[in-house]
This record gives sequence, C-alpha cells and structure tokens, in this order.
Amino acid sequence: MSQSNQEIYHDAVVKRLIQFSVFWVIIAMGAGVYLAAEFIWPTIDFGQFWLSFGRLRPVHTNGIIFGFGVSALMATAFYSVQRTSHVPLFMPKLAWFCCYAWQLLVILGAISLLAGWTSSKEYAELEWPFDIAIAIIWVCFGVVFFGTIATRRIRPIYISNWFYGGLIIVIAMLHIVNNLAIPVTFGKSYSLYAGAQDAIVQWWYGHNAVGFLLTGGFLGMLYYFLPKHSEQPIWSYRLSVISFWAFTYSYIWAGPHHLHYNSIPEWVQSLGMVMSLILLAPSWATMINGIMTVSKAWQKLRVDPALKFIVLSLAFYGLATFEGPMMAIRSVNVVSHFTDWTIGHVHSGALGWNAMITYGTFYFLVPKLVGQPLHSIRLANIHFWLALSGTILYILSMWAGGVSQGLMWLSVDDYGQLSFSFREIMASMTSYYGLRLIAGLIFFIGTILMAWNLGMTMRGRNTVPVTPPPVPEKFRLDRKAGKDETTIAPGVPAA
Amino acid sequence: MNALKLHRILEQNTGLLIFGILFISSIGGLVQILPSLNDETLSTPTMNTRVYDAVELTGRDIYIREGCHVCHSQQIRPLVAEVERYGPYSRSGEFVYDRPFLWGSKRTGPDLHRIGGKYSDQWHETHLLNPRAVVPESIMPAYPWLSERPASAAGDIQRKMQVLQSMGHPYSPEDINNAEAALQGLTEMEALIRYLQMLGTSFDASQADAPMEGM
Ligand code: HEC
Ligand code: HEM
Ligand code: HEM
Repeated sequence: MSQSNQEIYHDAVVKRLIQFSVFWVIIAMGAGVYLAAEFIWPTIDFGQFWLSFGRLRPVHTNGIIFGFGVSALMATAFYSVQRTSHVPLFMPKLAWFCCYAWQLLVILGAISLLAGWTSSKEYAELEWPFDIAIAIIWVCFGVVFFGTIATRRIRPIYISNWFYGGLIIVIAMLHIVNNLAIPVTFGKSYSLYAGAQDAIVQWWYGHNAVGFLLTGGFLGMLYYFLPKHSEQPIWSYRLSVISFWAFTYSYIWAGPHHLHYNSIPEWVQSLGMVMSLILLAPSWATMINGIMTVSKAWQKLRVDPALKFIVLSLAFYGLATFEGPMMAIRSVNVVSHFTDWTIGHVHSGALGWNAMITYGTFYFLVPKLVGQPLHSIRLANIHFWLALSGTILYILSMWAGGVSQGLMWLSVDDYGQLSFSFREIMASMTSYYGLRLIAGLIFFIGTILMAWNLGMTMRGRNTVPVTPPPVPEKFRLDRKAGKDETTIAPGVPAA
Repeated sequence: MNALKLHRILEQNTGLLIFGILFISSIGGLVQILPSLNDETLSTPTMNTRVYDAVELTGRDIYIREGCHVCHSQQIRPLVAEVERYGPYSRSGEFVYDRPFLWGSKRTGPDLHRIGGKYSDQWHETHLLNPRAVVPESIMPAYPWLSERPASAAGDIQRKMQVLQSMGHPYSPEDINNAEAALQGLTEMEALIRYLQMLGTSFDASQADAPMEGM
C-alpha cells in the first residue's frame, strides 16, 4: 500500500466528516423545530408544497439519521479504527470518497424528498436511485473499515470495532432486502412486497436501523471514547463481549413490536414482544458497564463538559432501552401505539442518547484533532444544561400528551359509546405541542452554540500529525515478511 | 470459558468476525421473515378486494407523494374503541394490492382505512383545500396545489400498471390501454378523492365479527 508510506493517521477526513455532521444537525434539527411549530400553526407552510408537513418530516428524519448520524459514525469509526489497529486507514482516498459522496447523497436525497419522491417506508424513504448509491458508498465504507482492521498491527480486534462492524454489515443487509422494488420512473418504484408482508419486512428494517445504527453504531462510539476520555479501562471486557453477541442476536427479532394488533399473524407479534423484553438485558449490561467504567473518574466528570455529555447520554440510553421493552408489551402498546408517546420515546433516545453522546465526543475529539484547547469551556457547560433541560422538557411533554391521548382514544362509557371525539382530543394536545416546541428550541440553541464553539476551535487549523505508537510485544501481530516492512516508518518498531 | 476461547479466535480474525456477525444477525430474520413471506393467508385477498383502477392508483401515489401517511394510519386494530370509532378492524387480505403498505406509525389525524363513503366528494375537496374551513381547530395542512395539476401530468400510468401487473396484480390489457383516457380531464385533487372514497369499501360489513380484544 503505497499511500500509507508516511505512516501518519489520516485525520483530515475525520475532521471534515465532523464538520458535515454538525452542518446536518443544524439543518435537520431546524427542520424538526419547524415541524414542531407546524403542529401549532398549521398554516406556516404558506401553501408551499416543499414546506408541507408530509414532505418536511422525512427531511428531518433522514437529515438527522443519515446526515448527522452517519457522518458522525463514519468520522469516529475512521478515527478509532486507526488507533485500535495501530495503522493508518486502508485506502484513504476511498475514505475521502465515502465522505463526499455521502454528503452529496444526503443533499440530493433531501431535495428529492421535498420534491415528493418517496417510498413512504420510514427511514427508507429515499427512492431506488439513492438506494443503489447508498449501497455502493456503504460497501466502500466497509472496505476502508475492514481493510484497516485486516492490516492492523495488534492482535486483538478491539470491542468498539465490533459494534462499528455490526453497523456496516447489518445495515447493508437490511437496506438491500427492504428496498427491493421494481422501478417505474426515476423517482417512483413499487415495493417487491405487498400489504402485511411489506409491513413485516419494513419493520424488520425499521427497528434494526434503530438497533444497529442509532444504537449499535453509537455504542461503538461509546466503547472507544468513554474509556479513552475517562482514562479508565472498560470495567468488564467480558461483559461487553457477551452483550455484543446477545445484542446482535436478539435485536433482529424485535421488529414486530411496531405492528402489535395490526393485521399480521399473532405468533410474529408475540415473538417480537418476547425478544424485545430479552433485549433489556444486553442493553442494561452495556449501560452498567459504561457507568462502572467512569465510576473511578468522578473528579474529571465534575469539570469536563465532554465527559458530562457522554455520561448523561448513558443515562438516557438506559431510559430509552427500559421504556422500549415496556412499550413492546402488547397491553402497553395498545395505549402507546400511534400516539405522541412514541414520539417521546424516539426523542429520549434521539436527543438524550444519540445527540448527547455525539456532542460529548465532538467536544473531546475536535480539540485533540487540531491540538488546541476547546474555544470556550464555559459555553460547552451552558450547552450541557440547555441540552439536558431541552431533552427533559421534550420527553415530559410528549409523555404527558401521548399517554392522555392514548387513553382518551380508547375511552368508552358504560354504554359502549366513545367518550371523546377525535377532534376534541386533537384540540386538547395544543399545550403539549407548545411545550415541545419550546423544548426543541432550547435544544436547538444549545446545538448552535456548539457549532460555533467547535468552529472557533477548528478555525484555520489543520489536524496535528499523529504516528501510530508502538504495539506492546505481547499483542504484536507478525505479518509475513515483505508485505508490511516497506510501510514501516523509521522510529516505529518493526513487527 | 470454552466460549471465551472460541471468542479469542473470532476476536483476532477479520474474516471470521464479519462472517460471525452476518450469521448471528440473520437468524432472526430467517425465522420471522421467510415464513411470513410464504404465508398464503397474508397474500390472499378478502372476498371483494380488487386492484386499484387507474384513477385510484394515481390518487394513492399522490397520497404517498404528499406524505399523508405520516399523520394518518390505515390500520384499525381489533379493539372496541377503535372499531367503534373507525369501523370493522382491518384484515390482512384487504392490503394484498398495497405496494407499499400504508399502515403508518402515528395518528396525528384519524385513521383513514375506512374513510371511503364517510363524507361527500365536496366535503373532501373543501377540506383538502383548507381543512380549517370545515374543522376550525384542525392542524392538518392545506393542499391548494392539488386542484391545479392534471392527474395525468406524470404520464406514467400505463408503465405503473405494467409494473404492478408483472408482480401479479390482475390488470387486463384493456385496463392498461384505457388508463390514459381514464385520467383525462381529472385534477390530482379528484384522483386523490376517488382513492379516499374507495378506501376500506372492499370489506363486506356482513363479514364483520366481534372485536377480538376488550379495551
Ligand atoms: C400534519 C398532519 C396531517 C397531514 C400531513 C395530513 N392530515 Fe389529514 N388530518 C389531520 C388531522 C389533525 C385531521 C383531523 C382534523 C380534520 O378533520 O381536519 C385530519 C383529517 C383528515 C380527514 C378527515 C378524517 C375524518 O374521519 O374526519 C381526511 C379525509 C384527511 N385528513 C385526509 C388527508 C389527506 C388525503 C392527506 C394528504 C394529502 C392528509 N390528510 C394529510 C392531519 C394531517
Ligand atoms: C431495548 C431497546 C428498545 C426497544 C425494545 C424499543 C421498543 C420500541 C417500541 C415498542 C416502539 C413503538 C412502536 C410502535 O408502537 O409503533 C419503539 C419506537 C421507536 N423507537 Fe424504540 N426501543 C428501544 C430502544 C430505542 C433506542 C435506543 C432508540 C434510539 C433512538 C429508539 C428509537 C425508536 C424510534 C425511532 C421509534 C419510532 C419508530 C416509528 O414508529 O417510526 N428505540 N421502540
Ligand atoms: C430540536 C430537536 C428536535 C425537534 C424539535 C424534533 C421534532 C420532531 C417532530 C415534530 C417530529 C414529528 C413527530 C410527529 O409526526 O408527531 C419528529 C420526528 C422524528 N424525529 Fe425529531 N426532533 C428533534 C431532534 C431529533 C433528533 C436529534 C433525532 C435523531 C437522532 C430525531 C429523530 C426523529 C425521528 C426518528 C422521528 C420520527 C418518529 C416516528 O416516526 O415515530 N429528532 N421530530
């Protein structure tokens, strides 16, 4: 590999991906705030089709998940896989291709959604030309990632790489199967599956996009950056290995909890429910493992906003993965399904877990990348409190609103007559939606502060060059002579 | 302990790791998805379920394009209150010609599976042009542009029906040949309303039995 001659970690692509990720969180979260406002003032789409709720909503979800989430995951995967393999990225040009091609895809994808091109399947809305592009870029991501691992200089493959690996492999499988369709035109296709079968396949995808992207991928981030930043080893490596396999095995089964009491066979629903309950075990094992890991670093936690974000995100991870299995119980789901309770659950995971862990990681990583302290620690602390209060207000308003909405929909009087009309219940939601809008604004303002803070830290600065440190004798991986020798720079002990 | 030893091998081999993840993660799908895809009861239409005609299909695709499904479900659960509010609960056989399914995951607005026949065409038109004209407290968006665009604008209706036919939807050659003509002179608004008015009507009320679950 001639490109790794200079033996320096490829960090410029990491920095660029972080910039894109921050760009997307502003755009897509801005869209989320706008949607929240449309719940209160439905006419603020001004008769413009591209501001219409039905078209803007998938821009929010896709922009956040694929723009913000995947860019952050690519950035941190590229960063950590080099450190844990003691070798620069495999095929760095391909990594740059992934970086830019992905951004182009998300931008064009967002425009196509506004234009009304959509498959309608949640988190898989993008039409077939985009699906093909996603598959190609994803394979390139996999080549860079697994290529780096395959050329590593240290024998064990560190646990964070398992989770990133799971993200790459499982999402590829789900994406391809769920999006099979026959094209009609460039912007329209018909799903290969119909009706109930389409629903089962879609929620197998939908739940596991949450599972392996929003959960598994971000767990990879956790397993690298939490020990790194708290300067503590993982509390129990064995527990993390066991929970990895338990997680990978059981998540896949849980999709049907999105279809309780819908027109699908009862055995599928029951299986989905049982497996969702089982899922509580690996989820909480992971959370406990994380909490125990920082338990010796409380001193640092008091003063370091980045670590505060990461630890808080673990708490919300615990909350969302407790609430989820509860909502997967059929008799609870009767109330929560179709209501704003689901939206509350989504955002306890999305804001509390995904956004916070990413923010914490960025606050830690960006100063390291450019070799400069964070522009303003104070601002980051303010951001922390904005994020925390915004998340709590969001969740509380949607819980209160969602539970009352669900109970009112189901309420019948002694004669079997409905107690409330749909319109009455709809009208009773306005104040909850108002609180949610305020919560979203608070969270959004914090995010803008972060963007500014990180921007000032990075401004005009290049990434500092880092050479791979020597691998301790015990873990060194001997490669066959002739393959690796040429790539080893002076100063780095040869294998 | 043995398992951990086995793991040591996995942990040091990229190829095995990839294979291991792929293998473990596909089990659940194979056990759940494959039987469902082969389950004939899920792909057998109920007695009166028929394919969408050219106008209804166009209306349905407008429904998808505008994202009505992000606020409206098309899935009535077998619960007393739900059947009372929306009508007989949904059967899997009613959806066999739905590509994609539109059951939804959020009810910001009411379920629409049996909206067909509930209101007049005129009501729907007024409502879609400005929901607040008929329901003052409504938070549904207005869709003024629908009445300005011709239903045949995309010009792909025959191709659409051919694609569906290739997947087993029983369209006759005449259905497809007459499709363009059927759309002539209609606006997108009219096509959408035609779709709404046929929703859920294939179900014969006499087949309706008691809800399965008390709530
Ligand atoms: C922002 C969410 C939202 C979107 C998007 C939306 N609706 Fe609605 N819809 C509502 C709400 C809320 C109501 C209840 C108030 C009312 O009747 O206007 C409603 C009511 C309705 C009703 C009356 C149902 C009944 O039983 O009274 C119909 C029909 C309807 N919508 C059709 C549509 C169609 C067709 C679209 C897409 C073009 C659409 N809606 C998009 C929120 C939405
Ligand atoms: C053990 C873990 C979890 C379980 C068992 C679980 C379970 C559930 C259940 C039962 C629903 C409601 C489905 C419905 O009624 O429509 C749901 C929705 C959802 N959950 Fe979770 N959840 C878990 C963790 C998480 C986490 C960590 C996130 C992270 C963001 C998350 C994101 C979502 C999303 C986005 C939806 C909405 C899907 C939709 O309807 O569009 N979940 N989950
Ligand atoms: C300021 C912050 C945010 C606000 C105000 C906001 C607002 C919204 C609104 C209004 C909806 C539509 C709900 C509905 O249809 O009833 C929504 C849906 C959604 N949002 Fe957000 N959002 C924010 C941040 C995020 C973040 C950070 C993520 C992901 C990491 C996220 C993921 C989602 C998802 C997955 C859905 C779809 C839920 C479902 O279908 O059940 N949001 N959001």
